[in-house]
Amino acid sequence: MTAFPSLRLVASGLAVRRGPRFLFRGLDITLAPGQVMQLTGPNGSGKSTLLRLLAGFSPPDAGMVRLEGAGEEATGSFLHYFGHREGLRPALTARENLAFLAGLLGGDEARIPEALGKLGVARLIDLPVRVLSEGQRRRVALARLLVIDRPVWLLDEPLASLDVEAVTTVSALVGEHARAGGSALVATHQPLAATNAALDLAGRREAAA
Amino acid sequence: MSAVSAVLARDLRLARRAGAGASLGLMFFLVLIAIVPFAIGAEQKLVSRLAPALLWIAALLATLLGLDRLFQADEEDGALDQFLLSGGSLTLLVLAKALAHWLVTGLPLSLAAPVLGLMLAIEPQAMLPLALSLLVGTPALTLIGLVGAALTVSLNRGGLLLSLLVVPTAIPTLIFGVAVAKAAAEGRDFAMPLTVLCGTTLFALAISPLAAALALRQARG
Repeated sequence: MTAFPSLRLVASGLAVRRGPRFLFRGLDITLAPGQVMQLTGPNGSGKSTLLRLLAGFSPPDAGMVRLEGAGEEATGSFLHYFGHREGLRPALTARENLAFLAGLLGGDEARIPEALGKLGVARLIDLPVRVLSEGQRRRVALARLLVIDRPVWLLDEPLASLDVEAVTTVSALVGEHARAGGSALVATHQPLAATNAALDLAGRREAAA
Repeated sequence: MSAVSAVLARDLRLARRAGAGASLGLMFFLVLIAIVPFAIGAEQKLVSRLAPALLWIAALLATLLGLDRLFQADEEDGALDQFLLSGGSLTLLVLAKALAHWLVTGLPLSLAAPVLGLMLAIEPQAMLPLALSLLVGTPALTLIGLVGAALTVSLNRGGLLLSLLVVPTAIPTLIFGVAVAKAAAEGRDFAMPLTVLCGTTLFALAISPLAAALALRQARG
């Protein structure tokens, strides 16, 4: 792991409105280097919405998100976003998929075998993603966090469909990432060993005036 | 630039794999042209006169085929999210997708057209100008389709709407494309329609990737 530039993801006064109510309003978040923040909240409380918003995919209804220390470069090039849709194409092999993402996001193709090895799926490297099981596919998708170095990880349910062993592995990887000076915001309901901060969206819903 | 070449390389690789529907356009083109003489009958003069128009209509429809999946597949599997995190310009990535699409549809169509022209008894002197008109004009069809594909990205069955959006805007390209081949068949000078055809393609090249990127961003806003 390389050392990361010191980046702070700062969101202030975030609000997202869905019809007659706000999912959340006046939400402030600071994600500093070394922090692993666990994002919790009931289904529909806006966890995924918040992560997509922080990734810059959609604008908030109020408030702003900025990356302190990023300089002039586009915010997106410092982020990893890992969502329900993993960004893998079924017709391509694990290696081809990760090589594409490495090219797109500026990673190192040579690290693909090692990354897959760390996640315990090294032998699947030349199989089309189509034939993999749900859990195997997610492991392959998670390998891109290791192939492409980015300081801020936004992970949406990264532990879904993973077995006990893989959950431990992912927890360890997130912890290692934080020790290297990276940060992570992880939406999950499972306990995550590396967590050192928490954000709960429960009870934040309020009616719009 | 590596992001752009990564998108291009991936789309070309996907096109080579079965099920990507890339060769579908070419097959459709071949089949359509192959059955026309049977439908019209043995009136060689009539078929010959219709040939440029038929080839162009077939090219337009073949380009449209599968265009609705151009961005939808990327949206569904989450690749489009990753496009936005590349730190580069979405417009260029979109342009790379258009280039890949043209390389597997428009280019082979243009190269196959002279051979298929033979089946339609096209005038010999019109054969090369026709191929040229397709070579110059099919990029415009892909680029116009690009905007349609981006606008319908979040619609489940956007194919029909896509055709409705794209076909009217592709008409100028169609008119001037056919005009090139017709003028050549009648032994007239075809420089004027060819120039206008180049113009429509360049116009589409300047506008479409920008518009498509904007539409993709809007779709997730």
